[in-house]
Amino acid sequence: MNLHEFQAKALFRSSGIPVPEGELITARSDVPPAWSRLRTQTAWVKAQVHSGGRGKAGGVVRASGGGEAEAAVARLLGSRLVTGQSGPEGLPVDQVLLEPAAEIAREFYFGMLVDRARASVVMIVSAEGGVDIETLARERPDAVTTLPIHPVTGVMPFHGRRVAQVLGLRGALARSAGALVVNAFRLFQESDAQLLEINPLVLTADDRLLALDGKLVIDDSAAFRQQEIFGLRDARQRHEAEERAHEHDLNYIRLDGNIGCMVNGAGLAMATMDLIQHHGGQPANFLDVGGGTTVARVAAAFKLILSDPAVRAVLVNIFGGIVRCDLIAEGIIAAIREVHVDVPVIVRLEGTNAEAGRAALADSGLDILAAANLDQAAQAAVEAAG
Amino acid sequence: MSILIDRDTRVICQGFTGQQGTFHSEQALAYGTRLVGGVTPGKGGQRHLDLPVFDSVAEAVAEVGAQATMIYVPAAFAADAICEAADAGIELVVCITEGIPVLDMIRVKHFLNGTGARLIGPNCPGIITPGACKIGIMPGYIHQRGRIGIVSRSGTLTYEAVKQTSDLGLGQSTCIGIGGDSIQGMDFVECLRLFAEDPETDAVLLVGEIGGDAEERAARFIADTFDKPVAAYIAGATAPPGRRMGHAGAIISGGRGTAKQKIDALRAVGVEIAASPAELGTAVARVLG
Repeated sequence: MNLHEFQAKALFRSSGIPVPEGELITARSDVPPAWSRLRTQTAWVKAQVHSGGRGKAGGVVRASGGGEAEAAVARLLGSRLVTGQSGPEGLPVDQVLLEPAAEIAREFYFGMLVDRARASVVMIVSAEGGVDIETLARERPDAVTTLPIHPVTGVMPFHGRRVAQVLGLRGALARSAGALVVNAFRLFQESDAQLLEINPLVLTADDRLLALDGKLVIDDSAAFRQQEIFGLRDARQRHEAEERAHEHDLNYIRLDGNIGCMVNGAGLAMATMDLIQHHGGQPANFLDVGGGTTVARVAAAFKLILSDPAVRAVLVNIFGGIVRCDLIAEGIIAAIREVHVDVPVIVRLEGTNAEAGRAALADSGLDILAAANLDQAAQAAVEAAG
Repeated sequence: MSILIDRDTRVICQGFTGQQGTFHSEQALAYGTRLVGGVTPGKGGQRHLDLPVFDSVAEAVAEVGAQATMIYVPAAFAADAICEAADAGIELVVCITEGIPVLDMIRVKHFLNGTGARLIGPNCPGIITPGACKIGIMPGYIHQRGRIGIVSRSGTLTYEAVKQTSDLGLGQSTCIGIGGDSIQGMDFVECLRLFAEDPETDAVLLVGEIGGDAEERAARFIADTFDKPVAAYIAGATAPPGRRMGHAGAIISGGRGTAKQKIDALRAVGVEIAASPAELGTAVARVLG
């Protein structure tokens, strides 16, 4: 789960990671009192959306004076910000963060994430901040230092000294860097984070370390023990259909094609998308309907798929496994009747009682093609979608 | 022969009396798995499916000589269940549970390093040696004893691979679903190492997907030491970057973990690539010549 910058920074602050004093703005009228509380000449006005690349998209604006800040807030609030990562529809700006502009002496990069190959948390540090770290790591790997943290020891004091060394900090500042590392790791563990990123971490002109930006991604699997943090979830930052899928516990990702897909199992769902492309078509979505293909779930899945106006045909690919295919077929037929599906549906059923399932589909009187195998199913779907 | 399990393997189930544990234990028994009991803390001394229930894995090891375990406990308790099994001396721990927090799995992974246990999963369909032993949620009847070793990061896509190799009469020696999480137990390389030594396995079908670099590491291992023919399929060629495709581990990040990179790495070391999921069986048939 993604958090907004202001949410991440609130957690940073309570964990002892220094962040600027900010004011969260949800209405234009919030600006004048907030501005006077901040007692600053210049400030950053930052749109709160779940996307990187906000600056380039015009979502981060420097304001000199309350009037400029108010104008920027008026422009951003209620708009949709289109960034390089958000898709053409953009993301709604419901909140804006107002922060006094610090005088910056140097910018660094600091990140913590789970390294799957090492099976450990690693710190990523660079003396060059405000950059795209992945590009930097690719182009100049020497500029990026990776420090693994062993799960038995956690962060140790030497980690702090290493980070200070990489960032070129000495004396009291080196100690501040050490404290930051300890606090960041504690927050990472206590919040079940998958990514904690401070980009840039800055050294101010008056010699303080400050997290100017903050990103925190929480492990979805930890929702059961991170209820407070999951309460911060902003449903409006997700595609409406994907949000509805989430409510039905379905895994749905909208894509650009016109062939809707309903598949059981994530691997087979990806493979089905590939198969459609292999036969010259384009998948409209990824959808894992999961193991229990009940009428309610299948109906919810059809509704999701058909909420995309681009969809011209639906390919259902179910490997029955332990669940009987004749029961799955009944579920599909009932769901199609319930949802009034008005595009051709191609169904490929495999597993226990597959033939009985196919026969039931063929006899349903609905516009369903029961395909004999994977290739035939994909070809039929591509043809039906035109 | 086969790898890891055969008809003599003494298996227990953790989460035995729960709904999932009960259902899949019944299925395993029907398949012929030598299930010797189960564990549900607090229900020790009872009988379930006509088998003994124990409070702890250590008791199950002592009383019925358990060697392998299948875990169906909820995600919140799964890390504990895996470590308990390893601590009790279980050799093969198969964890079906989906949705274990990543930080739990980091601790589990390091805990296991100090034990003799092998972990399959989590978030996986399990392992089966056709006609001998089924530990997991896969439908037994699609399998057929034969020559192909299958190792896969997916569930239903593994069944696809199994069915296609069965339909072609090739059959399977052992099939392992290693799971879709970003931190997991056995990887492709460890499975390949075992298949290399198994006389019944003539070729391996490797089913990978986007995310991580397990397939690239498998490619290096194949180039260096693996002599049997290998066919592979990688799911997710059409997956958009930065999105998690169902499995926790299936994500392209920072331009890494793409299907193309994995396919290129495998093809470069002589692995036969299945062009589509409909060609899993024919691809492995081609490498057998």
